[in-house]
Amino acid sequence: MTRQKTSIRGYLWQGLILGLVLLGIGAIVHNTVANLSARGIASGFSFLSRPAGFDIGFSLIPFGEGSTFLDAFAVGLCNTLLVAVLGIIGASVLGLIVALLRLAPHPLLRLIGGTYVEIVRNIPLLLHLFFWYFAVLRQLPSPRQSLSLGPDIFLNIRGLYLPFPADHSALWWLLGALILGLWVGHWARRKALRQQELEGRLPRWQSLPFVLPLLFPLITLLLPIWSLSRPELQGFNFVGGLQLVPELVALVVALSFYTAAFIGEIIRAGILAVAPGQREAAQALGLSSFDTLRLIILPQALRVILPPLTSQYLNVTKNSSLAAAIAFPDLVLVFAGTALNVTGQAVEIMALTMAVYLLISLLISFAMHVFQKQVLHYEG
Amino acid sequence: MKSFWLGMCGLLSFSSLSVARADTLGEVKKRGFLKCGVSQGLAGFSAPDKGGLWQGIDVDLCRAVAAAVLGDATKVKYSPLSAKERLTALQSGEIDVLSRNTTWTFQRDTQLGVDFAGVIYYDGQGFMVPKKLGVKAAKELGGASVCVQLGTTTELNLADFFRSQNLTYKLVTFEKNDEVVAAYDAGRCDVISADRSGLFADRSAKLKKPDDHVILPEIISKEPLGPVVRHGDNRWGDIVRWSLYALLEAEELKVDSKNIEANKKSNNPAIRRLLGVEGELGKNLGLNTNWAASIIQQVGNYQQIFDRNLGKDSPLKIERGQNALWNAGGLHYPMPFR
Repeated sequence: MTRQKTSIRGYLWQGLILGLVLLGIGAIVHNTVANLSARGIASGFSFLSRPAGFDIGFSLIPFGEGSTFLDAFAVGLCNTLLVAVLGIIGASVLGLIVALLRLAPHPLLRLIGGTYVEIVRNIPLLLHLFFWYFAVLRQLPSPRQSLSLGPDIFLNIRGLYLPFPADHSALWWLLGALILGLWVGHWARRKALRQQELEGRLPRWQSLPFVLPLLFPLITLLLPIWSLSRPELQGFNFVGGLQLVPELVALVVALSFYTAAFIGEIIRAGILAVAPGQREAAQALGLSSFDTLRLIILPQALRVILPPLTSQYLNVTKNSSLAAAIAFPDLVLVFAGTALNVTGQAVEIMALTMAVYLLISLLISFAMHVFQKQVLHYEG
Repeated sequence: MKSFWLGMCGLLSFSSLSVARADTLGEVKKRGFLKCGVSQGLAGFSAPDKGGLWQGIDVDLCRAVAAAVLGDATKVKYSPLSAKERLTALQSGEIDVLSRNTTWTFQRDTQLGVDFAGVIYYDGQGFMVPKKLGVKAAKELGGASVCVQLGTTTELNLADFFRSQNLTYKLVTFEKNDEVVAAYDAGRCDVISADRSGLFADRSAKLKKPDDHVILPEIISKEPLGPVVRHGDNRWGDIVRWSLYALLEAEELKVDSKNIEANKKSNNPAIRRLLGVEGELGKNLGLNTNWAASIIQQVGNYQQIFDRNLGKDSPLKIERGQNALWNAGGLHYPMPFR
């Protein structure tokens, strides 16, 4: 038998198996649709454009009278993304602190870090969630006995109330200024480095690239768009301002604290994975300890840190679906809960919900992969 | 290689699978017990007692069906279901009948592949608030936080009510009824909204101080609660429907579990037909002639069921009201047994 024959036969088999798999999937889909119609259960996605008829307790985008199931889906998705983003930021910051504690020169700090990791990561996430929601936030006083944490800041069992710009577009201005600042700063930094190559020293405005991302948002603060809406006790509840519901706070805090224990260990492992000779060599060259960290240790450590860090970020996103356990209206509660019950179309709704989580996770993976390739010039 | 072909045959046979679940009666008889979907604990409707036995008006409906079909009211396996899971469990054949304070609505009847076999309790949605808030009517609830259970008609009625009154509110949705009550008790919300029977049950059974809470007089919706079966198995639907009617008919004829033996000798032809002494009504359902007699003997009539679960012999003390028979000013009207 020649090699060519083997390869043709290989392709034939692969084609056959692929065909069978497709046939199988087709059969399952066909069978599901046939069975649903035989049982008189409605199918298809036309329900998405029908009015939903229910309300949602916490929503980033307008939702109310006449909103459709698609709008409900969007509200759930936004809430899920909000939790995921806040959870990832919180877990990263806390994780870095935990790693620094674990690597600290003082034994007491190391002990604190180690105790945190061992306690937190060995308790199931759902219990963390229940602890924060039922044991901590449920103990807060009623609206009329609210704790006042400063001018116009109130805390009670219904949530944390903060002053907030009455016109929400102010936030977009702020975000836009930040991005513009980062972009211009990046460009200025590259120009400064080029000048250093040509003239042997950095230009006099060398600190400008680091100031710009802060300066631009500060300028927007001077614009006349920041009239604040302040929370006020009216009737049953506080009205106006921004309300952070306890469900959201409990979810973000639990996710951050829990995942931080894992991320802390990942960062510690990454830093320890850099051979000690590297640090010694850097010191021998006369690099400062900050430059040693920035130029020698971190670039090498990140190669070890990033892949497991990506899976922790994916975990945060997927674990955010535990929101349903404490009444935070995320995608699972709103769409795979209320909307599922109102329409009864379990197959379509579950398929859509699963597809969304898959898509978010793939996007995060992709972003981390790009970061690895572009920033670290390293194919993982 | 052999296993490969076997696998492929298995795959192909997928496409030849079809819905062959139309004979629930035969399945139940063969299995020897009834699979009944109930709530996760709603006092008076379906909740386990201290000994772990399920009690309640919805549970008694399951026992009645088991008595009619199998001649033994104890041959029931109960599946506690959340509001969200209940209809899917029925659709997928996990249970034979869903008896779980479920509201009969157009949407559910026409789109979800299920049929309602009748109404066992006429309910309506209401509100419960702490007395200290001083709220007297639902119209004063603008701006309040409202706790409700996920996956119920409650969510929809609530949206309709507040919109029609031009009031705002904040919704907090929990998956389990116990979580709803706990959140309300802790002050997470000002109001709890649910079917009024459920509010009575929760107030007496679950709140720390029942006397500190008041159920507002308004009823904002019609909630006819009844047993549900799969669409398409008409024989089985008939059995559940007429088991329910047998409970009501027995009350109308004043036949109960205590006087049934004496009534078997009655001259009243309606009683003789119901108890199977005369005629063969049971046969038309595919059951024994004494099907209704077993129901009454083992479970009782509607009045006995109501009194021990919801009415004067229970902690809930709910009035018969709309749930009296038609000839006593209520809505229950059993179709004629002939």
